[in-house]
This record gives sequence, structure tokens and C-alpha cells, in this order.
Amino acid sequence: MTLVLEQLLNGLQFGVMLFLLAAGLTLIFGIMGVINLAHGSLYMVGAYAAAFAAAQTGSFLLALLAGLAAAAFIGMVMELVVLRRLYARDHLDQVLATFALILIFNQSVTILFGRQPLFVAIPPALNGSVQLLPGLVYPVYRLAIIAVGLLVALGLYLLINRTRVGMLVRAGATHREMVRALGVDIRLLYTAVFGLGALLAGLAGLMAGPILAVQVGMGEQILIMTFVVVVIGGVGSIRGAFFGALIVGLVDTSLRAFAPGLLRHVMTGSEADALGAGLASMGIYLLMAIVLLVRPKGLFPAHV
Amino acid sequence: MSENALTRTDTAASGSGRIIALIALAAALIALPFVVQALGQPALVPLATRVLIYAIAAASLNLALGFGGMVSFGHAAFFGIGGYAVGILYRTMMDDALFLGFIPGTDQLLITLPAAILVAGLFACIIGALSLRTAGVQFIMITLAFAQMLFFLFVSLKAYGGDDGMTIRRRNALFDLNTRDDVTFYFICLAIAALVFLVLWRIVGSRFGMVLAGIRQNERRMAAIGIAPYRYKLAAFVISGMGAGLAGALMANYLRFVSPDMLHWTKSGELMIMVILGGVGTLLGPLLGAAALVILETVLTSWTEHWQLVLGPILLLVVLFTQGGLNGLLNRLGLGRSAP
Amino acid sequence: MKLRGLLFGIATTLAASTALAQQPVKIGMITTLSGPGGYLGQDIRDAFKLAIDLEGGKLGGVPVELVVEDDALKPGQGKQIAEKMLKTDGIRIMTGIVFSNVAGATVPDIVDSGALYVSPNAAPSNFAGKECNANYFVVSWQNDSLHESAGQYATNLGYKKAFILAPNYQAGKDALTGFKRMFKGEIAGEVYTRLDQTDFAPEMAQIRAANPDVVFQFHPGGLGIAFLRQYQQAGLLGTIPMVLAEPSLDSTTLKAVGESALGLNVTAHWNSDFDNAANKKFMEAWTKAYNRAPTYYASQGYDAALAIASALKATGGKTDVPALRTALAKADFQSVRGAFKFGPNQHPVQDWYSLKVEKGADGTPVLKTTGKVLSNHGDVYAKDCKL
Repeated sequence: MTLVLEQLLNGLQFGVMLFLLAAGLTLIFGIMGVINLAHGSLYMVGAYAAAFAAAQTGSFLLALLAGLAAAAFIGMVMELVVLRRLYARDHLDQVLATFALILIFNQSVTILFGRQPLFVAIPPALNGSVQLLPGLVYPVYRLAIIAVGLLVALGLYLLINRTRVGMLVRAGATHREMVRALGVDIRLLYTAVFGLGALLAGLAGLMAGPILAVQVGMGEQILIMTFVVVVIGGVGSIRGAFFGALIVGLVDTSLRAFAPGLLRHVMTGSEADALGAGLASMGIYLLMAIVLLVRPKGLFPAHV
Repeated sequence: MSENALTRTDTAASGSGRIIALIALAAALIALPFVVQALGQPALVPLATRVLIYAIAAASLNLALGFGGMVSFGHAAFFGIGGYAVGILYRTMMDDALFLGFIPGTDQLLITLPAAILVAGLFACIIGALSLRTAGVQFIMITLAFAQMLFFLFVSLKAYGGDDGMTIRRRNALFDLNTRDDVTFYFICLAIAALVFLVLWRIVGSRFGMVLAGIRQNERRMAAIGIAPYRYKLAAFVISGMGAGLAGALMANYLRFVSPDMLHWTKSGELMIMVILGGVGTLLGPLLGAAALVILETVLTSWTEHWQLVLGPILLLVVLFTQGGLNGLLNRLGLGRSAP
Repeated sequence: MKLRGLLFGIATTLAASTALAQQPVKIGMITTLSGPGGYLGQDIRDAFKLAIDLEGGKLGGVPVELVVEDDALKPGQGKQIAEKMLKTDGIRIMTGIVFSNVAGATVPDIVDSGALYVSPNAAPSNFAGKECNANYFVVSWQNDSLHESAGQYATNLGYKKAFILAPNYQAGKDALTGFKRMFKGEIAGEVYTRLDQTDFAPEMAQIRAANPDVVFQFHPGGLGIAFLRQYQQAGLLGTIPMVLAEPSLDSTTLKAVGESALGLNVTAHWNSDFDNAANKKFMEAWTKAYNRAPTYYASQGYDAALAIASALKATGGKTDVPALRTALAKADFQSVRGAFKFGPNQHPVQDWYSLKVEKGADGTPVLKTTGKVLSNHGDVYAKDCKL
């Protein structure tokens, strides 16, 4: 029973990470209509900037600030220099342009930091594990990630539903032309939203640093998963991104954790392992296909 | 995207300059192996072969992407399935076994190519039928999802090499030709590419092509005049998948090797980039795009290990400053007639 | 110094104009320099270069020129580069490929065209058995033997119950097969992870639930970093010991893993602290030239260069492939790993060692050699090879 609970926590933690990435992606997509393949690069930028700052200063707080600032800054520069010119264009042009950005980011990071993966320490205060229930020991750092992710989700909810900026964002996602026609400085709004999305991606990246490998190409690994979340949740919807991320996180984790074991009840060990692994790999894609076939606009579409 | 692709192909087709340009292109492609060998660069023949194969795949994708308005992010699946059709038939023949218990293996190009086309078409039919229930970004993602599932399937298929791929020791045979010879294989690919482009040209110009273009521009209007868009789109998607499968079969022969790498989403992206780079919704754009991407990569990697830092900005400049890719660029430079 | 350089320049120019044999022999290197796997290719290339530099631009007394190109981990790209090197540049000696799938598409072309290929890393099993080739040599190891050594070591350490994990792809399956071949105990659990997986929390929970004596895992590069860090964070590091083979923990990943690696048992065919003359020379030169610790990939790149040097020396710089391969097969060079010879399939027959991660002099974790696990160990595919 504690094993199931622990796996649920793992799924929650993974889902929360995905949410941080998906929130930015879905906002950028919903409001500006841009498919940004380079969103994963911002995740990488956050991780590298934090790793570098931590190595130079040894301070977790400075690393945190560096990661957030670098990702937001690079994101806004990206918007001003490249993406701004693409809003009126076709999705295909956006795909090619942001793919080009991925190449540029990856090679620049290789030149600046080398090809060797970087080391990031867990901040001492968050090191170690705590006992949540008898028999359920869980790393503090992962609990911290869950807490941060939920706080960000709450913050975004308040921002979008309770503030003027949020109102514009909501309006922008459903009636883009109308917002523009009302004389809102849409360019500033776009840059700000892009910066916010980049900041969240950077946050995800810097939090992932101590758990995963900080290396070139880390953004592309998680990018596709993030797109899956956005599409399952419904493009442009923060609420969709949140539930989509949790669903994907939980489904992915439980398939990996339980599918081989359950299959072992009905077939021999090695076959069950192979089939289970295959199922776990394909699981979320299968989930996305099914969701889209039943609800072509996703679970919580922004355009209600 | 070129909203005027329809009119452009119509007007261009009537120009006599276009015919001269096509003849010049054909002559150049036929002369190419002899010229590069005379120049002491025999390795350019396989490079050109690779360009032709990618051009077939990209042109097929373009039928869905440019002419049908269906942004498929999963065409590598059909490319890979075509490749694996060749690989599995070859392996089955070598093992003297029956695939699925009733299909004997073969290494005859005249059998493997149609088989690859058929299987890819079958998969395209299933994937397309389901995916076309969605549209827009959801369509992009659902095609990706199906391609990823197939990717992971082939990665876990130990019998066919899994992630390491499968070597095909000998290229498929065609009559008594020596397919191992670079020039011979180049001409086989050139002939097939010419055929594919001809077929695509006929399709785009046919009533079917007109309807497809109409659906892309305004699906509701076409539905209103009594045309069922779903069936037309599905047909275009299947043809597109079949073309990609054919290209995959040729690629497996060219490499004498297949691996799940052929089905990876980055390969779908690469094919897409070739189309966009060359010019979406134009007939010869994909050929230009494939040539540009493959040649750029080859030249840049031999020039510097930081080739991505050169390729990235070049691609970026092409998107930002050439409306309609290389084809559009050539058109605006006043070379319109030489690059239809 | 300047004058001497000038005189040397004149002398070489004269020599070059009189003797055609002084034209440098070109060696083609196709390797992976971009993407997450880029550091492997970089180490192989840098070590190979180092061997050439140590001889002043020569290998085996023969002037050589190294031509390097990045395959970007794309089989098609690798093949394209090989075509160009073989046909346009007329290169007869090739090396460098890191990944099995690139090798699968590229190596057949190289050996079929009569050129020589010396692998510094990738050694897929199909080229080791029935499809072995006289022109194909491997100086690294056959994939299975890596994990066999880990299985043997786990047995030696007296563990009875192992939990084993690897990614769900060919090399991962080979790894678990290799481990099981030599491990005498019981398998408490066998888990295939995903190749694009970065979060291993569910697996950690499964390991804890199974409570084995030992964990064996194969996760190369970045995957391994993530796995080991999460192993520690889950509190398993001190509780359940782990045995792994070198790809899951090279000196680069060790640096990124940090203290999470302390106490791990690793099996390897080379380590930086090996006490032989060849290795001391290599380590000294490497430390002087590059500002990082060499991985075992670097040692393989260096050995590949030494192997080619021995062949070039024997033929006096002639690139006659049959003569080169006859000389190469003798393995007449001092490998940095110590004892080395080629088996009947021209893959290595070598010793495997056990290493342990301990705190080094400056407090950072280092790999320390503790003993020998297997002696003169070849691979199981050699018997299928008829050369």
C-alpha cells in the first residue's frame, strides 16, 4: 500500500514538473498562436545558468535567481528578435524557425560549457528524506518540487482569474483580434507572456538540475512529453495544462511501476517485462491518441 | 503557406520557360554522375542519391502538408515502415523463413518496393482515418503520437535488431543490374524520383488535386457544395504515406541498413524542414529543400564541428526573409521560370 | 628555436620533394561530436590526436593526417562521410565510431571497399560473430563482455539476489543478458526503463520493495547520472550495494554524479590509476594537454591510435590493407590497459578489473582499482566467426 502511495507521489512530482513547462507552452500557443519547439531550450538555459551560478558562488539562492533571470531574459530576447516576426505566419514557418533556434542554443551551450554534463548539488537544507507514514520515506527535495509546482499553479490561477493582466491573457486566448482592436498594447503583453513562460521553463530546468543530468539536448527529451500534456489538456488552457500534466505524470509513472507486475500474473516473467516496458513507452502516446479521438480539442479547451 | 499555389501551378504550367527549365534540370541530373566522376569527386554520386531519396519523401509529405493542408508530424513512421519492409523481407529470405507464418522473403526490388508502398499505405490509411477526426495542432500531435508508438515498437523488436538496427548485407536485385554500383543505383533512384514527381504533378493538376486545394482553402465551402472533405483528405494522406514508404524502401537499400532512427520524430521534423525550406505547396520545392539541407549538412560538418551554429542561422534567415522558402526566393530573384 | 624550425621546415620540404613516401597517411575518423553523446566522441578524438602529437605528427614513425567529421549520431550521415573519405579522399584507414547504430550503417561499406576499420568503441554483436570481417578490428570490448564482468564480480562479492535494470533497447537487453550469463544468484527483479526517461522514482520504489542484495544497472551517459543521483536521494545508496559496468559510470559522469557515487562497485577494462608505463605516459600527456579527467573512451581512442601505429610501423607507411591487417592482428603495441591481444574474431581478449568509488586526495570521488575479476576474457561470439 505504501508502495502505491509512493508511486502516486512520484507521479505527482513528475506531473508538477511537466506542468511548469506546459504552462508556458500552452500560454504561448494559446495567446500568440506560436508553436515553440525551442521551449525545451529555455528549460536547458535555466538548468545551465543555475548550475553555472551554483558552481561559481556556491549559493543556492543566487543559482535560483540566475536560472530564472537567464531563462526569462533569453526568452524575451527570443520573442523580440525572432518570434515576433512569426505571429502572422503559418505554423510551418514557426516550426522551422524554432527548430533553427534549437540548433543554435545547443551548439552555443556546447561551446560555452563543453560537452561534459554538469554537476549540481542539492541545496543542503533540502537534502535527505523524511518519513511521511510508517514505511513511506520520501526525499525532501522531491516534496519541495511538488510544493513549488502547486504554489506556481495557484499563483497562475490567481494571476489569470483575478488580475487585469490575466483578463487580457484570457481574452487573448479566445479573441485575439478583439483584444488588439480594443487598443491594448498587445506587443508588450506578448513579450510579458513569453517572458513568464520562459521563466517557468527555466524554473523547471533549474529544479531538475540536481535530479537529472544537466546536459546538451536535455530540453528535447522533455519537449515532446510537454506537447503531449498541452494537447491532452487543451491548447491555451492553464487549467488544462495542470490537469493534463498530472494525468500524464500519474499514468506514465503507474504504467512503468505496475504494468510489468500486473502482466506477470497472466504471463511468464520475461515476456511480461518486455510487453510492460513496451506499454509504458507507448502509454502516454496511446493516452493522447485516445483523448483526441474522444475529445478532439483536448480535455479542457480554452475556447469553450 | 502559399495560398496561391493553385494559381501558381496553373500559370507556371503554361510557360514554355518552365519546360525548358525542366529539361535543363533533367539533363543536369542525368549528366551529374559522369560530371562528378570526371571531376574526381565520385562520392558526390551517393550524396546525390541521398538527396533524391529524401526528395521523394519530402515531395510525398508535401502532398499532405502543402497541397492538403494536413500538417503531419509523423511521416517518418511511413518512411521507416518502408525501410523495415525491405529489411524484414531480406532477413526472412536469409533465414529461409516465413514472415508472420505465410509471407516468404525476397530481395527483388520489383517486389520489395511495391510491398513497402502497400504496407506504408495500409498504416497511413489506419493512422490517417483516426487522425483526420482532429485538425490543427491536435492533428500535428496525434500524427506524432502514432509515429512515436511505432518508433517504440521497433525499438523493442529484438528479432529485427531493436535499437541497433539491422544490416542488409546486399542491396535488392533489379534484373541483372549491379545495384551495388553507385551510378547504377543513382539512376534507379533518379528514374523512380522522376516517376514520383510526375505522378504528384498529375495528382495536383487533376480534379482530385483541385478539390484538395479547395478543401485546404475553405473546408466548409467544399462541404457545402456536396464534397466530403474527409474522404479526399484521407486519400491524399494515404498517397502521401505511400510515397514516404517508397522513399524509406530506397533508403534502406541505399544504406543497406534500417534502424528505428528512421522513425524518430526528429526524422519527421527533418522531412518537414526540407519541405518548408524548399517551399510549401510547390512541386519542385521539396527537391530544392532536400538538396539544400543534405548538402548544407555535409559541407558544414566537414568544415567545422560547430556546424549547427552555422546551419541554425541559415535556416532562421530563410524563414524570416524568404516568403515561401528557397522556391519563393528564386522566384523573387527573377528566376521564377527556372525553378517552377 | 625559430632558426631550428626554419631549418626543419626546409629539411622536410626537401625530403617531401624527394621521397613520395613522406606524404602523410590520411586516417579518417567518423565520430559523434554533437548532442548529449558528444563528449564520448570528443574524448576519442582528443586522445587519438594526443597519440599523434606525442610522436610529433607521426604514428609508428609514419607522418599521418587525421581527418575528423561529426556523424551527429545519424547512421545516414556516417555512411555519407565514409563514402566521401573512401572515394574522394582515398582514405584506407578509418576509425572513430561511437554508437552501434552508426556502425551498423557505416562499417559494412568501409570493409567491403577494402579499407581497414579499427573500432575505438562500438562493437555490435553481429559483427563479432558470423559477420566478422578480416578488415574489421575492435580495440575496446565486445558489448556483452562488459556486463559479464559485472555479473562475475557480483558473484565474486557473494551476492545472492540481484535486481537488474536497463533501458528497453538492444544494448540494454544485451547488458542484462550478459550480466545474467555470469551471475550465479537469483534475479529478484528485472526492469526495462525507457530510453527517453529522466525520472527514475518509480524504479527506486520497486527496488526498495524488492529489497535485493545488490542492484545491477546499465544506463550510459546522462541516464546514468540521473539514475545514480536519484538512487542516493531515495536513500538507497547506503542500504543496497550496486555493481555496474564502466559505461554507467565513466569519469565524466562521475564528476556530474558527485558524492552520490561513493562506494559503488564498477567493473572496467581500464582505469586512470593503472600502473603500467604506457598508461603513465598517456595520463601525463593527457593531463598536460586537456583540462579534464579522461574517460575510458579516451583510453580506447588512444589505444586505437597505438594499434594503427603498430601496423603502420610494420608496413613502413604503406597503406596496403592486407599487410596492415596482418601486422595489426599481432597487436604489437603497449595498450594502456596492460595485457591485450586480439581473439579469432579480431575483438579483444583482455582482463577485467574491479573498481570502487572512493574519496580522492582532494575530497572529490575517484575510481580506485581494487582487483581483477576476469583474466584473458574474450566474447561468446568469437566461436561463430570463421576468418
